[in-house]
Amino acid sequence: MRRIQNLMKTSEGAIGFGILATLMLVALFAPILSPGDPLRIAGSPLLAPFIDPAFPLGTDRLGRDVLAGIIHGTRTSLVVGIAAAIAAIAIGLCVGLTAGFAGGAVDEALMRVVDAFQIVPSFLLALAFVSVIGASVPVVVLAIALGAWADPARLTRAQVLSFRERDYVAAARVIGMHPVEIAWKEILPNALPPVLALSAIIVAAAILTEAALSFLGLGDPNIVTWGSMIAEGRNVLRSSPSLSIFPGIALVVTVIGVYLLSEGLTKALAGRRSEA
Amino acid sequence: MMLLDIANLSRRFSSGGRDVAALSDVSLTLASGETLGLAGASGSGKSTLARILLRLIPADGGTIHFEENDWLKLSGAELRRRRAKMQMVFQDILGAFNPRATVASVLDDPLRIHEIVPKAERPKEIAALLERVGLPASYATRSIREVSGGQRQRIAIARAIATRPSLIVLDEAVSALDVSIRGKILELLVELQQERGIAYLFVSHDLAVLRAVSHRIAVMEAGRLVEIGAASQVIENPRSSAARALIAAVPRLVTGLPERHHYDV
Repeated sequence: MRRIQNLMKTSEGAIGFGILATLMLVALFAPILSPGDPLRIAGSPLLAPFIDPAFPLGTDRLGRDVLAGIIHGTRTSLVVGIAAAIAAIAIGLCVGLTAGFAGGAVDEALMRVVDAFQIVPSFLLALAFVSVIGASVPVVVLAIALGAWADPARLTRAQVLSFRERDYVAAARVIGMHPVEIAWKEILPNALPPVLALSAIIVAAAILTEAALSFLGLGDPNIVTWGSMIAEGRNVLRSSPSLSIFPGIALVVTVIGVYLLSEGLTKALAGRRSEA
Repeated sequence: MMLLDIANLSRRFSSGGRDVAALSDVSLTLASGETLGLAGASGSGKSTLARILLRLIPADGGTIHFEENDWLKLSGAELRRRRAKMQMVFQDILGAFNPRATVASVLDDPLRIHEIVPKAERPKEIAALLERVGLPASYATRSIREVSGGQRQRIAIARAIATRPSLIVLDEAVSALDVSIRGKILELLVELQQERGIAYLFVSHDLAVLRAVSHRIAVMEAGRLVEIGAASQVIENPRSSAARALIAAVPRLVTGLPERHHYDV
């Protein structure tokens, strides 16, 4: 609870938290805010925004409601972003913890794999992965996680290396604590905060990657996403730029929200450390 | 049979192409209930010896027999079980505790791991341990960050005696403490030894402290044991240049008679 209070004390944290909380609520209540399939044809095509109160943001080339698309697109963006980040952090933590603890040949081998993943541009990796396996939400999540787990792995390993030589870990060994318990109870909770601060950046990157994949037509075609909406609008960019601009703004606001939250989180954690 | 028998222990460190002998051919013994002071300048290998003894780092050669076990051959669950009998108090009073721990959790861990008392009686045992080291039982609920340096070292001693050890290695255990607290901690250690027959390997660079608590003193220099003998003999009639240098380094005021009696056992 105290950590959340610290977070809210920083202006970045408060704004970021506000933006993300709003988006979460929109995503959660999407079916109530905008009932029905957002991909259905709802009105006449290419209705300009701010004219018809039934379609505040207008309609696209097929007469689909833009506002409904943005509301439902929030779900996809947040679900994919958060799921990919959780998967990336989970893989990264396991690999980093193992490498940092085992040391020697295991460490060498794991870190070379990490190197390999860090060298390949993560977007190309996701692109190749989705093109080969086919577009669906779980595949997109996995594809994004594959390109994002290397950073948390490296950070976790560095944290473990710095913590496992501390005297309190030696003290835990002296009282006969099992190595797994030492890793889990003594090292992980202390090594975790910087990795968690990194996770917000991964969420933001994942949301952008998902949008880029959808923009290239590699998203799941059966659900509406901001990336696919921008791609749709591109065909009529000169006559109806609002079709691309609105989902673009949604994307920018989301990513800024995540970044601000991450910034606030880092500050709150740093404050806690200096106070300790 | 001695409680602890170290024979020909050696350990080398290599860093950046340089090969340094941190310990070479060190042999010594320790009887039950005895305090051996291990003196030496920084880098003389005394902390390396302590860490090898606690199985925190491996040795390159030599043997250690502790309570008739081939100590360096033990591993896994067997080693963890036997660790109860050899405990350590660290120099760094801040770093020796998990920053998230509470006083109760610090003392609960050894009691739980070695099943010293049944689960239901652990809070009572924790209170008894705290009282034994001179802290009120109400301290149990405090965070480890909320207690002072001297109190932390008392908690470290409580943690060390929790598993009913026969040997405690004290690695510069009072060096980081205020002089006024130092004497009280040394008194506590001596009391515990008389009460429970615990042997101490007391590592310190401070001969004034060692003289106050040690039965015998061993002096190390550059990884070698250069002198070992009764405490009074080593201090009053040092044979090695390392021991003479350490004695010369003790401030006169502390070696002077009135102060010394305060520590004497």
